[in-house]
Amino acid sequence: MTAIAILGGHLMDPAAGVDAKKDLLLKDGRVVEIAAPGKLKTNGAEVLDARGLVVAPGLIDMHVHLREPGQEYKETIATGTAAAAAGGFTSVAAMPNTTPVNDSPEITRWMQAPERGAAVRVFPIAAATRGSKGETINDYAALRAAGAVAVSDDGRPILKDSVMRESLAAAARAGMSVIQHAEDTRVTEGASMNLGPVSFKLGLRGMSAESESAIVERDIRLVAELRDLHPHLHVAHLSTAAAVEAVRQARRNGLRVTCEVAPHHFLLNDEHVGLYDTHAKMNPPLRASADREAVIEGLLEGVVDAIATDHAPHAMHEKEIEFEYAPNGIIGLETALGLSVRWLHKEWKMPLGRVLSLLSAQPAALLGLKGRGTLAAGSFADVVVFDPNAEWTYRATEGKSRAKNTPFDGWTMQGRVRWTISEGRIAYEQA
Amino acid sequence: MNPAASTARRKLTTPPPPISNFPYNPGSLLSVFDLTVEGVGRVLTRATELEQMTPLRRGSILAKRRLALLFYESSTRTRTSFELAAKSLGADTTLVSSLSSSIEKGESLKDTGLTLRALGAEGIILRHPSSGAAWLLEASTRLPVINAGDGMHEHPTQALLDLRTLAMHLRPGLREVSDQTLAGVTVTIVGDVLHSRVARSNMLLLPRLGARVVLCGPKELLPEMATGAGPGIEIERDFEAALRGSTAVMMLRIQAERLAGLKLDLNDYKAKYQLTGQLLANYAPKALVLHPGPIIRGMEITAGVADGPQSMILEQVTNGVAIRMAVVERALMAGGRSSSQEKKGDRA
Repeated sequence: MTAIAILGGHLMDPAAGVDAKKDLLLKDGRVVEIAAPGKLKTNGAEVLDARGLVVAPGLIDMHVHLREPGQEYKETIATGTAAAAAGGFTSVAAMPNTTPVNDSPEITRWMQAPERGAAVRVFPIAAATRGSKGETINDYAALRAAGAVAVSDDGRPILKDSVMRESLAAAARAGMSVIQHAEDTRVTEGASMNLGPVSFKLGLRGMSAESESAIVERDIRLVAELRDLHPHLHVAHLSTAAAVEAVRQARRNGLRVTCEVAPHHFLLNDEHVGLYDTHAKMNPPLRASADREAVIEGLLEGVVDAIATDHAPHAMHEKEIEFEYAPNGIIGLETALGLSVRWLHKEWKMPLGRVLSLLSAQPAALLGLKGRGTLAAGSFADVVVFDPNAEWTYRATEGKSRAKNTPFDGWTMQGRVRWTISEGRIAYEQA
Repeated sequence: MNPAASTARRKLTTPPPPISNFPYNPGSLLSVFDLTVEGVGRVLTRATELEQMTPLRRGSILAKRRLALLFYESSTRTRTSFELAAKSLGADTTLVSSLSSSIEKGESLKDTGLTLRALGAEGIILRHPSSGAAWLLEASTRLPVINAGDGMHEHPTQALLDLRTLAMHLRPGLREVSDQTLAGVTVTIVGDVLHSRVARSNMLLLPRLGARVVLCGPKELLPEMATGAGPGIEIERDFEAALRGSTAVMMLRIQAERLAGLKLDLNDYKAKYQLTGQLLANYAPKALVLHPGPIIRGMEITAGVADGPQSMILEQVTNGVAIRMAVVERALMAGGRSSSQEKKGDRA
């Protein structure tokens, strides 16, 4: 593998405390040297001119759906990771709701096999229970040994107290987190958006904010009961003010409870459903304005640990149907950085280093990805080089994902990816 | 630190939702909002003109124009009413219902709509169990689409025919409609508001003409958030109190097919919200009694009230034909005969 020298850029590596002009040398998939500008010996290396650009640890999306195995018409590991690379991501954690459900070491290994043609690193999140049915706990040690980085029944929350307790305990013993999609599905049946004046007006059944916060609160209670085992609960795609508050309290009480939010939940509210736009249909749904603001507040304050996209590809024909019948979810890998820089940083004044930390260092820590989320010497050569000031317009049709289901088509983004480097190999280069 | 206080310091706004492109076709009537107040007036006036015309003259207006009635839900009065309205204007109609069509084989609403368009339909009248279906059909076909009821959402021609019924009794000889036409009028809508598209269309239309809309019913069928649907909407849970101030009372059927697991004590409901002759005599002896049908005698309304002198139920049905003539004519004449151009325009 040829060495790569990234010269003249501004290195932002929050985990290593670096925020300065530096040159980088990557070799054999690792960062081998960081030097003051002009001090690097680059003989033989491919040189990338990063003048005016930010050089940062490759982004890490801890919540994506790659649809493979089983739903390759929506997305494949190859197309999904190509989209990830285009968005600046070098690692993605793939949820287990594939067909069949990833609840075995075999599927976990299969997803990581070179034959899948992944452009960046895929870290499977294995199912917490057999078939994600919420009844029988899987063998977490075996899943971890096969490469799983966490367990979750994403989309099918674990409702039974006894099973969730057992899952948290088993995951703690295996050194992983349990990622919970917090939704009391017993009270959300038939609902297709947030419950509120907008759902009433549209004649759609709604999901209450309590259907999310009640599960978060229940799970926190279980974590408190199991305190001696130090279980790690991670709440996926948090969307309500009440759930943000529950996580805030849990943290004050010293519990290991973390959470992520998706860009659509800090940018859009239930009014964006408009007149039945199925690209505004996801689960959790777009919430009320006050919830959206609480989520942003949680991000600014530090209660929220990570930005994750919940990248959920669907074929065009699946979204071109009646709102209530359309599947949940939108794609997000190619817009997360551009939206986060444009809104969190530029508009709401979050320092750029913190935005990057939410998109790399912090998810790396949550998933226990060693040598990622930082560019300290010896780390994996997972790098994103981007222009933090470039504004551009996102066009879904020009994206790398097989799917085009996004509410952000035509939106102005800030921060354009020039190169994405995955373990020393250029995975994406801006055309 | 109080998190609310720090939120207040920052502006957390993002771009508002994009402005709607609906309706794509000027002839469409998806929602009561597709008509301006003047537009509502034109429909009312035209309904009367068409009703008074000789059948022969009326029958030449849409002679041999083609309309499809696409019904995914059973219906007696709405379907027949639209069919008679279209036929009396001379149009050819064809009925496609979800049973006995390719819908049963899994054809999507979009494909069904495109097929009807390719068969020559110039407009589609849609009844569908899912809220928003009419918007999907219009965006897919760009034809004039008349929403004949979408899920729990809207039923605009019902609101228009209710308005005609109210106006004929309360504002006889009405010529022009304004935002003051129904000033001083209180219309009370009683019962299963949550699941009712009739209630939504009425509560969104009538206040625009100056009426006060009072909603009445138990919490399970009438959530507090209903008042947020628009201006001029209030809630009064006590039936007697609500009746006392009513110029008109609109009773709704309990929509058993949409209750979705909601448990309701029907005896308790009847005791609190059934409109009886006694209640009417005591609290609203002059009020007009409306019901969109189908009525369930002995449930939300007693037979005596349904058949009584204050009942407008059959008048509403008759008014439906006149209103739908005007709406069907508007659908096919609004863009001139431009539907063939629209077909070319939407390939993008």
